[in-house]
Amino acid sequence: MGDMTDYSPDESNKSKLGTTRRGFLSQLGVAGASLTLAPLLVRAAGDSQKGEDIAAAPAEITSVSLTINGKTQVLNLDSRVTLLDALREKLGLTGTKKGCDHGQCGACTVLADGRRINSCLTLAGMCEGAEIVTIEGLAKGEQLHPMQEAFLKHDGFQCGYCTPGQICSAVGLVKEGHAKTDAEIKELMSGNICRCGAYQNIVAAIKEVQNA
Amino acid sequence: MEPFKLIRAQDNLQAIHSAGIKQSKFIAGGTNMLDLMKLNIETPRQVVDINKLSLYKIEEMPDEGVRIGALVKNSDLSYNPFIKTHFPMLSEALLSGASPQLRNMASTGGNLMQRTRCPYFYNTDFACNKRLPGSGCAAINGYNRMNAVLGTSDQCIATHPSDMCVALAALGAIIYVQGAKGIRTIPFADFHLLPAQTPHLEHNLRQGELITHIEIPALPFAAKSHYLKVRDRASYEFALTSAAVALDVQNGIIRQARIALGGVGTKPWRSLDAEKALIGASATESTYKRAADLALATANPYKDNAFKVELAKRTLVRALKTVEGLS
Ligand SMILES: Cc1cc2nc3c(=O)[nH]c(=O)nc-3n(C[C@H](O)[C@H](O)[C@H](O)COP(=O)(O)OP(=O)(O)OC[C@H]3O[C@@H](n4cnc5c(N)ncnc54)[C@H](O)[C@@H]3O)c2cc1C
Ligand code: SF4
Ligand code: FES
Ligand code: FES
Repeated sequence: MGDMTDYSPDESNKSKLGTTRRGFLSQLGVAGASLTLAPLLVRAAGDSQKGEDIAAAPAEITSVSLTINGKTQVLNLDSRVTLLDALREKLGLTGTKKGCDHGQCGACTVLADGRRINSCLTLAGMCEGAEIVTIEGLAKGEQLHPMQEAFLKHDGFQCGYCTPGQICSAVGLVKEGHAKTDAEIKELMSGNICRCGAYQNIVAAIKEVQNA
Repeated sequence: MEPFKLIRAQDNLQAIHSAGIKQSKFIAGGTNMLDLMKLNIETPRQVVDINKLSLYKIEEMPDEGVRIGALVKNSDLSYNPFIKTHFPMLSEALLSGASPQLRNMASTGGNLMQRTRCPYFYNTDFACNKRLPGSGCAAINGYNRMNAVLGTSDQCIATHPSDMCVALAALGAIIYVQGAKGIRTIPFADFHLLPAQTPHLEHNLRQGELITHIEIPALPFAAKSHYLKVRDRASYEFALTSAAVALDVQNGIIRQARIALGGVGTKPWRSLDAEKALIGASATESTYKRAADLALATANPYKDNAFKVELAKRTLVRALKTVEGLS
């Protein structure tokens, strides 16, 4: 047998922390806030037909333990709740934005175990043991993350709606280390749409952090 | 979204057992499954989360083939040094798909199983034989610019959307699946099904069968290979046409060739006819054009997608020229 590379999340965490994430959590005894959440998502009024379907099929509750911005939480959620909705609606972390809700815009980008992902296409229940960092978790107290500073300095936004996703995505991009040229930065930031067209300044902000 | 029970499987057998019942579905990255569940196109009662299974390895075989775990993320696979050197077309195909965030989520197995992006399949207000067998096909007489020209039937003309699968078709990958009755392998060409009269049947997996690995047999000349994707915008967009090409040229003569097309077929479209036309011929543009004509010979265009026939030929010729230029 030749070489083998293991890309399992636990392996990457091992190299990062010197201990597995699962081991780390069990050391903590999965302490942290426990939230019991309303079992049903609120349905839009007037959606009566769907409402009946739901009455017929009761919601299923999933319990999940995950770390959000350094704080380990146990959430009891309707299994349908996405990571995005859990962050925004249940935990009040409204920095992460909902644009399309279908993986097509990048507004919901967060970091999961250090990697940028779309929180709208992730079930909260699939994040057992994950370490999530949102835009709220990037700054250290009053000290902004270098990427936040760079976005400010280079005017990397206009209305700001896409910005939390852009910043989290940019942090992920720098860590991945595959974007060297402007063209590569643009290509590897293409998962974040900016309706205001702040793209040039976003590229400038990312280059500043890369060169720091 | 309909309510469902989420089961976090800890090993293959538990996953297979849990998914053995009807209305049960695996979820890996979730990028296709959850998308379709939100639209009530997929309505599983039970969702089996397979992300804790140990299927994250890329193993290089002694003969230079490779075995890829079903949960390896599209991003990890695309940047893997062995893949980049030995099968560059696969790396390029992956990097041309979706976005960096989605590639960080999407798994090898899930990519293989992703469903069509036909707009009528996605919109439950329209007839669609794939979504609701027997309801009709809104695309055949509708707006069908993105639809297929190869392998279509009078029941469905939806394209297979995957870029990765086009490269795997060209490379002749083998799919390893595990079910309640054990392990079996499926050659790539037999994995996806043509729509024929049953467009809702898309692949050869049985209920509860889990894709565990994909093997790419050694193919030394694929070190010179390329994936070219043509689309409406420069990035983050599905293919209008694409071509995965590998060539072995010696002294101006083509010794071996692999050709597959994307964006035009109802499944990832390997063209053995085009390969045959290339092998033994001189590596010239006229040879490439002849191969491209053969690859599209059975094309059956519709109202809005006739342009794909010529575009696919040009895509293939350009990809062949690019590979010829690699040395
Ligand atoms: C906005 C957007 C743009 C995109 N653009 C592109 C593009 O340009 N090119 C492209 O190729 N793709 C594109 N994609 C599709 C993307 O590549 C797929 O959604 C992804 O590969 C699916 O992988 P997943 O792990 O997320 O699968 P999931 O969504 O988890 O699952 C998909 C299906 O696979 C089944 N499944 C998953 N793993 C297994 C297994 N091991 N065994 C058996 N069954 C399994 C599931 O049951 C489900 O039916 C895009 C997606 C989005 C949302
Ligand atoms: S082409 Fe296929 S997927 Fe699209 S509407 Fe027709 S039957 Fe449905
Ligand atoms: S809200 Fe998730 S990608 Fe648009
Ligand atoms: S700043 Fe307005 S959408 Fe990007």
